[in-house]
Amino acid sequence: MSFGTFLRKPESGAVLSLVAVALFFVLFAGADLGRFSGAASWVNFAANLGIVALPVGLLMIAGELDISIGAMIPAGSMTVAIVSGHYGMPIAVGILAALALGVVVGLINGILTVRTSVPSLIITLATLVAMQGIVLSASVLLTGNASVALDAPAWAKTLFGTLIGGNYQNIILWWLGFTAIYFVAIHKMPIGNWLFALGGDKDSARNAGIPTDRLTIGLFVLSATSATFVGMCGAILFNSAQVSGGMNYIFNAVVSVVVGGVLLTGGFGSVLGIFIGTLTFAIVSQGIYFTQIDRNWSSLIIGVMLLVAVLMNNAFRKMALSYAPRKKSED
Amino acid sequence: MTTPVLELRNVNKSFGPIDVLHDISLTVNAGEVLCLLGDNGAGKSTLIKTLAGVHRPTSGQMLMDGQPVLFERPKDATDRGIATVHQFGGTFPLMTIGRSFFVGMEPTKGWGPFKVFDRKTANEVAVKAVQSFGITRIDDGDRLIGGLSGGERQSLAIARAVHFGARVLILDEPTAALGVKQASHVLRIVLEAKRRGIAVIFITHQVTHAMAVGDHFAVLIRGALAASFKKGERSREEITDLMAGGEALADLGAEIETYMETHDGHPPQPVH
Ligand SMILES: Nc1ncnc2c1ncn2[C@@H]1O[C@H](COP(=O)(O)OP(=O)(O)OP(=O)(O)O)[C@@H](O)[C@H]1O
Ligand SMILES: [Mg+2]
Repeated sequence: MSFGTFLRKPESGAVLSLVAVALFFVLFAGADLGRFSGAASWVNFAANLGIVALPVGLLMIAGELDISIGAMIPAGSMTVAIVSGHYGMPIAVGILAALALGVVVGLINGILTVRTSVPSLIITLATLVAMQGIVLSASVLLTGNASVALDAPAWAKTLFGTLIGGNYQNIILWWLGFTAIYFVAIHKMPIGNWLFALGGDKDSARNAGIPTDRLTIGLFVLSATSATFVGMCGAILFNSAQVSGGMNYIFNAVVSVVVGGVLLTGGFGSVLGIFIGTLTFAIVSQGIYFTQIDRNWSSLIIGVMLLVAVLMNNAFRKMALSYAPRKKSED
Repeated sequence: MTTPVLELRNVNKSFGPIDVLHDISLTVNAGEVLCLLGDNGAGKSTLIKTLAGVHRPTSGQMLMDGQPVLFERPKDATDRGIATVHQFGGTFPLMTIGRSFFVGMEPTKGWGPFKVFDRKTANEVAVKAVQSFGITRIDDGDRLIGGLSGGERQSLAIARAVHFGARVLILDEPTAALGVKQASHVLRIVLEAKRRGIAVIFITHQVTHAMAVGDHFAVLIRGALAASFKKGERSREEITDLMAGGEALADLGAEIETYMETHDGHPPQPVH
């Protein structure tokens, strides 16, 4: 791969971040590599985060932000637990209800975004808060409790919530699968081209005949549904659901995506970058337990990493813009 | 008489309470260049956006080849061979030349659901198209648009429209960002398109450019068609005056205003 090709890849900065973090942990923090590579905790963490970070990243490429995921994760787990646990309906009904809730909230986010000129950050902030209220009230009203037990049948556990090799959540496979699908769709199919055009210049994209509204709404549906999917898998795995939790995902997903080389203002980024960014984030926040560093420092490391990654991505993008291969004839 | 490729009949366009276009009737013939002239804010871009399917007329009729058409979205216009270079934008700074060129029209290879974006073809076609504009510095379709100069970007946008504009080519101030060489090249492209039987709508603020290629001229004043004439019917001075909003124009503007006040907001017939 030539220098120019490497520069133009949005994930090139993310690759360097990953290498830098790994080197730092190994060289200066005395990381216990043997224990770390055998540990499942950070991989599980990355998979759950990654499934949400991917569509959040695609939305950011499109120039939008979805923070309602913070409420949609517990909403997904509570829905499946209330429907199939509390009311004892078949698990398939609970799963479909959880996913359908994601579709509905995603549609609301998306339609409000394209129909109004309100920034999607504000719209999804509103749905975030509203969904928190709905989930808490519904849970207390319907079950009298803020935590609901769920006993999923074996087939549902095999598909959505089981541990492979005793430690690894099978959601890791879903994460890898989703990454592969997104990769093909965004980087190999015409629709990916539409996404970058939409994020680069919405008016020009619309003038060029891109169905910008439908694309935006579709992405919001994808992110809200991915969030309820992650919540649903968690409830099936842990046999219970809580109304709290999920807020950390907002922050974690945005950091992963930005470290992964996605431009906050849209139009630039890659699926591979988001994947690597998530991995890097998981290693910093979970890998700290395997080093001699006190884990309270992990936030500081994440903050520094975020800044360095953004600066590096900016520098890379500038170089990529001005980079032109030299013509032999002019040399 | 041959049927015009595009015809507008009493087209009005309002954005909410703001009326931008008033009773526009125009025809565009194959192999003819229509120059759309007018002051800033006269409604030229709004008019061509209506033709390009970006805006829907508030009232009035649009006909293509004599058949009424309704463009719900830009793709409807593109599918019928109407390609437009809009005044601003048109390219995507952080996309590669090849990808930007084919936004919305991506070439694919493979079969069935496994059709993938054909990067190689896209890059080759795009590079060839800009190079034919005399911009031979661009030889790598993987380069990012943001690294090109304003004129190079504009040339790319025009090359794209020429590539896709099978029937009608609409250019909104295409020469605004261009150097002398590239501008004259655009004019040559316009004449070449005309020779191939394509109908061209050309917006410019430069009299020389208008005079060089125009067969037909239409002047918009405050959203109304104030004058419509053929090549040779008006002197260069008269056209300059019309375009520059000179005395004649000011009088005409005032005349139209008074006329509209007394005629339910309808402008007078354009002078021929
Ligand atoms: N989407 C819109 N909403 C409201 N008003 C609009 C809209 N688009 C254009 N206008 C108004 O319509 C009028 C005509 O604008 P238009 O862009 O068509 O002018 P123009 O003739 O192309 O001018 P220029 O030579 O400066 O490009 C302006 O007063 C503008 O403010
Ligand atoms: Mg204009």
